[in-house]
Amino acid sequence: MTGALSKVYFFLIGVFLALPMIVVAGVSVNEKQTLAFPPKGFSLSWYGEIFLNPEWRNALFASLTLAILSAAVAVAIALPLAWFLWRRIAPWANIFQLLGIAPFTLPPVITALGLLTFWATTGFYGQPWTAVVSHAIFFVTLPLVTLSLGFTAIDRSLVEAAATMGADDRTIFRTVVLPLILPYIVSGYAFAFVLSLNEYIVAYMTVGFTMETLPIKIFNALRYGYTPTMASVTILFVATAAVIFSLVARFGDLPKLLGAMSSDDT
Amino acid sequence: MRREAPQKLGDYGPLFFPAMMLIVFFVVPFATMIAVSFFQRQQGGFYVPAFVFSNYERFLSLFFANVLGFSLMLAITVAICCVLLAVPFTYLLTRMARKVQIVWLVALLSVLSLSEVIIGFAWSTLFSRTAGITNLLVMMGVMSEAKALLPSFGAVLTGMVYQAFPYTVLVLYPALVRLDPTLTEAARTLGASPIRAFFTVVVPALRNTITATLIMVFIFALGSYLLPQLLGRPQHWTLSVLITDQAIYQSNMPFAAAMAVFLVLVTLGLVALTVMAGRKGEAA
Amino acid sequence: MSGLVLNNVTKEFGTFTAVNNVELTVPHGTFVCLLGPSGCGKTTLLRMIAGLDLPTDGAIRLDDKDITKVPTHQRELGMVFQSLALFPHLTVGENIAYPLRIRGRAKEEQKKRVEELLAMIHLSGYADRPVSKLSGGQRQRVAIARALSISPKLFLLDEPLSALDAKLREAMQVELRQLQQKLGITTIVVTHDQREAMTMADTVVVMSKGEIRQAASPIEIYRRPADTFVADFIGSTNLLEAEADSAGRVTVLGQPVSGVSLGAGVSKATLSIRPEDIHLTAPGNGALAGTVTFVRDLGGTIETFVDIAGRQIVAVSTPRARPEVAVGQPVGVMLLPDVCVVLAK
Repeated sequence: MTGALSKVYFFLIGVFLALPMIVVAGVSVNEKQTLAFPPKGFSLSWYGEIFLNPEWRNALFASLTLAILSAAVAVAIALPLAWFLWRRIAPWANIFQLLGIAPFTLPPVITALGLLTFWATTGFYGQPWTAVVSHAIFFVTLPLVTLSLGFTAIDRSLVEAAATMGADDRTIFRTVVLPLILPYIVSGYAFAFVLSLNEYIVAYMTVGFTMETLPIKIFNALRYGYTPTMASVTILFVATAAVIFSLVARFGDLPKLLGAMSSDDT
Repeated sequence: MRREAPQKLGDYGPLFFPAMMLIVFFVVPFATMIAVSFFQRQQGGFYVPAFVFSNYERFLSLFFANVLGFSLMLAITVAICCVLLAVPFTYLLTRMARKVQIVWLVALLSVLSLSEVIIGFAWSTLFSRTAGITNLLVMMGVMSEAKALLPSFGAVLTGMVYQAFPYTVLVLYPALVRLDPTLTEAARTLGASPIRAFFTVVVPALRNTITATLIMVFIFALGSYLLPQLLGRPQHWTLSVLITDQAIYQSNMPFAAAMAVFLVLVTLGLVALTVMAGRKGEAA
Repeated sequence: MSGLVLNNVTKEFGTFTAVNNVELTVPHGTFVCLLGPSGCGKTTLLRMIAGLDLPTDGAIRLDDKDITKVPTHQRELGMVFQSLALFPHLTVGENIAYPLRIRGRAKEEQKKRVEELLAMIHLSGYADRPVSKLSGGQRQRVAIARALSISPKLFLLDEPLSALDAKLREAMQVELRQLQQKLGITTIVVTHDQREAMTMADTVVVMSKGEIRQAASPIEIYRRPADTFVADFIGSTNLLEAEADSAGRVTVLGQPVSGVSLGAGVSKATLSIRPEDIHLTAPGNGALAGTVTFVRDLGGTIETFVDIAGRQIVAVSTPRARPEVAVGQPVGVMLLPDVCVVLAK
């Protein structure tokens, strides 16, 4: 397509993607507790509020703890599974690959409701750790996909070469496979972490009545009264996501992670 | 190290933890939900084990038919809008310099990872009277007075397209990156204009990808549970919203579960139908 | 005996037999090339020797020990892969030290050995470079050094030079052979390049369709091919059908020749005559009568194409012995008995 036309098109898409965030950023620096744009006055106090107001601070800590732990559990589930599927010939084990991809592919309400009935039936409903397990299952898809991609990118002759040089299975994993798969572990963790931080419905259905994560807190604030802190939290979230994904892009090969061919096989 | 079928029991070791977690915390909950959908609801939000179809019978109402029809229509509209916007966008993106691609990919991932709560909040602000886009139009003198653009169908649709657009691009991205650039170059040397080459070569070559993407985005949009609530009127509520509403606010778990099962079946059914139609189309 | 012995080694993939009933003895310290067209089973055979594939049947013995089922990592091998398989996350030195490191050798010893090996491959001072920064030839040498760092019992190479350009490849062939002779290590190389095999090997093993067709020294393979496949695959040759009557009189392409015998009681056979062994003369005098169809003068050699009864024969001569021929002219083709190899039909 002609250059000018595509530039206009990209500009419009860019505006569409950025506009809500620009307005929210504007709203977040309002001086008074009113929803107004363009902002009236300038104040960063609503950003301070996230850390100073105990309610918001607790929600922030709850969200961070949940994201850190659940992403770790998700990776712990995905890594051995992806490794096994790459290491062994076991077609029937692909069923677990499918099970790992299903929770994220189905409408989230389904997974959320399934987990809600499960926790209610088993009597653990409302326990904070159930949210960690729930998020780990819900987001296991992300590390599973990045790790599967990462394993297919490992040249099998590297593993064979290590074996001919005297390395047993365990040594090969430690000295060859792990160093090569590490960038994919990190990006899989990053994806799961960011999405867990933002997740609402699964957290709400499992621990919504006993624990407030940031998205739950924002939603409650949205229903029961506006405060500009919602806007500042939103901007904080967007910035966190952008920083983390930029880091992934900086230290890994983002296009390759998202399914493009390797950049170095030109 | 040979790649071979597991020989000893110990070779299955790595599978143990993932398999256990996925079965206990995904398969069992899913089965529990199906079971609960047949349970009998008691007063006060409780339910007892039973095998009744009453939860499913409630679907046979005009109200429910309307909700289902609206949910499907909304999801299809969102899918079509997203694919129409995203196919040319992704195609152009894959032809850009790597560094530019990475910046866009980071931006798209950041938007994609945003909570529905946040997207809902952002758009409700943007469409609000006091802080919305209409204020900008007033400033520019296009409008005389700021007004609220929500709740409305347009607001719901905009919010959902915003949510699903990055997803659509990322689903299309791998296929489009792999598209042989010499295809369009060949079309160009044969006399096609760039836009003509796009529509006569790229789009037909991607027919299957586009169909698959439509299905993926459709399912993604079906899952939207907050935007219809935050940006729309009650008549814009979708099945996902009703399920949440029944489960949380009405405390009617069996009915919510029945609707969830129904949603899964409808989703899978539509996917199967589309896949079959696609196969037939290819055979012809 | 010491060395590598393959007994009745067979490998089946489903219904496809990749390697069929291979018997081979590789004495200690020899250099063997497995040579054959792609898909002949040579790589599968090498992978079974390395333990990367398991034979369906048969036994592999190394220095009188059955290693058929011994896992790869316990075989004390050095192997160079077609892709080289250098570890991208390790430096040149770390790659070469890898076999020593996983055996828990002392850091000092590792360092000393790496320096020795780098000196051997003329890459001293490259230890800290990332492998991605090396040229093709340098990567090749690093892969060889890494395979040799523990002084393995067997040195295996799978199409090791295929990624190099022609000139570098020829130089590396000589270098590899000299290195092997210096170290006296039992070496098996898989290749599809007959020139490479002829350059390096003590014994060339020609394979086709999973079977060994001939295993012999390069010159024996060239001069005395066992069958038409070997004759045709190694170098170029003229294959001519010959018939003998009950009195032992031989005709080739319907014309009588003297001095050639197909052997007692053989009525039909194929003669293999190398192009450089074909002597062109004036027609008559017991020579086969033909017509010159094309002359290719390559400067160093002259190839003359002769048509005899619809069959094309190639003769190669040096400029000094330039034949007096012209396209379209009749010519005589002399078959000298001592250069005709008689191959069973």
